[in-house]
Amino acid sequence: MAATFRQLPGFALQLALTLLGLLAVTFFIGRVVPIDPVLAVVGDQAPRDVYEAVRRELGLDQPLWVQFGIYVRNVLAGEFGMSLVTGRPVVEDIARVFPATLELATFATIIGVALGVPMGIAGAVWQDRWPDQIVRVVGLVGYSVPIFWLGIVGLLVFYGILGWVQGPGRLGVFFEDIVPTVTGVILVDAAIAGEWEVFWNAFGHVVLPSAVLGYFSVAYIARMTRSFMLEQLSQEYVVAARAKGMSEARVVWVHALRNIAVQLVTVIALSYARLLEGAVLTETVFAWPGLGRYLTTALLAADMNAVLGATIVVGAVFVGVNLLSDLLYRLLDPRAR
Amino acid sequence: MSWRAALLSDTPRSRQEAKLGALYRGWLRFRRNRLAVLGLLIVVALVVVAAFAPWIATHDPYAQNLAQRLLPPGSAGHWLGTDEFGRDIFSRLVYGARITLYIVVLVALIAAPIGLLVGTAAGYLGGWVDAALMRLTDVFLAFPSLILALAFVAALGPGIENAVIAIALTSWPPYARIARAETLTIRNSDYIAAARLQGAGTGRILVRHVMPLCVSSLTVRVTLDMAGIILTAAGLGFLGLGAQPPMAEWGAMVSSGRRYILDQWWVATIPGLAIFVVSLAFNLLGDGLRDVLDPRQKT
Repeated sequence: MAATFRQLPGFALQLALTLLGLLAVTFFIGRVVPIDPVLAVVGDQAPRDVYEAVRRELGLDQPLWVQFGIYVRNVLAGEFGMSLVTGRPVVEDIARVFPATLELATFATIIGVALGVPMGIAGAVWQDRWPDQIVRVVGLVGYSVPIFWLGIVGLLVFYGILGWVQGPGRLGVFFEDIVPTVTGVILVDAAIAGEWEVFWNAFGHVVLPSAVLGYFSVAYIARMTRSFMLEQLSQEYVVAARAKGMSEARVVWVHALRNIAVQLVTVIALSYARLLEGAVLTETVFAWPGLGRYLTTALLAADMNAVLGATIVVGAVFVGVNLLSDLLYRLLDPRAR
Repeated sequence: MSWRAALLSDTPRSRQEAKLGALYRGWLRFRRNRLAVLGLLIVVALVVVAAFAPWIATHDPYAQNLAQRLLPPGSAGHWLGTDEFGRDIFSRLVYGARITLYIVVLVALIAAPIGLLVGTAAGYLGGWVDAALMRLTDVFLAFPSLILALAFVAALGPGIENAVIAIALTSWPPYARIARAETLTIRNSDYIAAARLQGAGTGRILVRHVMPLCVSSLTVRVTLDMAGIILTAAGLGFLGLGAQPPMAEWGAMVSSGRRYILDQWWVATIPGLAIFVVSLAFNLLGDGLRDVLDPRQKT
């Protein structure tokens, strides 16, 4: 434990370096790639004085490294600039839309863990038999299917034909603005307010998009669980436990599972972060007002500040989760120290 | 001696023969994996369809006919139906194969050499070059690739060429990692030392003696990534940032058919199925290649 804490400064340095690199990339995209970065920020309809003001604000009369310094300082202060589309600071916009994405990703991860872990274990226990084949097919389809298409087909079948779920969006028109915003996650807010009709409507809306998104996490988690489990089941302690006459269920669910628990936590954390990426397309299909949809709307309007702001946030979350799971791994698993 | 015996003989008479023999043995092993062969067949079919698109397509993929819009599959003359402008979906799919192949090949041709160069240079030179290049790789790996590609496209402007550049810029880091790992295992081997003692420069050693050994594991990885590249490209097309209308790009076709999904399901569903089948084929092919070329990575 103490050794891990001694490594903390190293981790912090690594995190800072990676984040700086992240900013360097977004800086490069925002300032160097476009022919006129000012136009990219204000749009081609802007009046002359706005153009000049933004030009000075970006420090475009300064050398590139000074510009980068200004850029880093702004981002660290939480200033991503104004959004062209909404006319509000990008930071406020992101804070407003992020809970919706978080809600989606959380549900998807819950589905991914609830189905993926048992499936992976079944695949490992019955290796090369039918449960294993199912895991293989689910994985293969998960890596091959376009997520936006899966979403559209899901809407067609479960909303259009069967009518089991609600349509696109986060809440039906009649249910909007009933519950006060506390956390930004409608399900939680509705539960707090005790508005169960709103709760169930919101639930009907979130089920399909999170199932579509969750499918990818099921594919990934099942695949990883299977290979972790296979590794454990070939260990000698498993043979010893079986020789002792312990039931197979106990061997698998208690002894082996405990040994892969830490690795699993890392995989789950990574899949959670990867869902942010899938969310971009899923949110577009389901008109889900989250970060992904914010990003694509900004893209189509060539709203560079919003695009880069959202990119930085996603990148930072990604880096953070990666590092956190790494740290967790070292902290929880004595073998990794 | 039959050609087969010659290929499988343990005493090849020339280097050429030895190479051909190894290739043939690889093929024999590959052939045993039926799913991989299926993947290969689909990929070959994709290439054939793309090459002979004008002869295979039954209609002009851009010809609009508003009198025959949104016909269901199985209609006379349009066996996969028509879209909202009355364009034949089958013909558009056929021409879309060209775009898909164009994107995939171009991305692979740009990204793999970049990764190879960065990875081998980092692994062979070591020291601060290694540290700097690997940090750069880490930064690119820190972004989810679709998000980074989106940001690049936002800066470059929508379009198929820019989509290719954006995807290539985001997909080289894994190749660099692999090339570096391979380089590290061979940089201290005797034959490299021998080449160096003969006076070969760093560039020559990298290009002639290090890179060829990285190619097989890189090929596997590129093939496995093809599916991901297709999905990213289709995603960009779906968002309206890849190929622009009226180009018959599969992702864009799904996107435009989306509005009719509840009443005319085929407009959006069929092109999506094409994306799925092709990326599935690349995944199967990649798995098969991995088992043949790189048994160490077998899972």
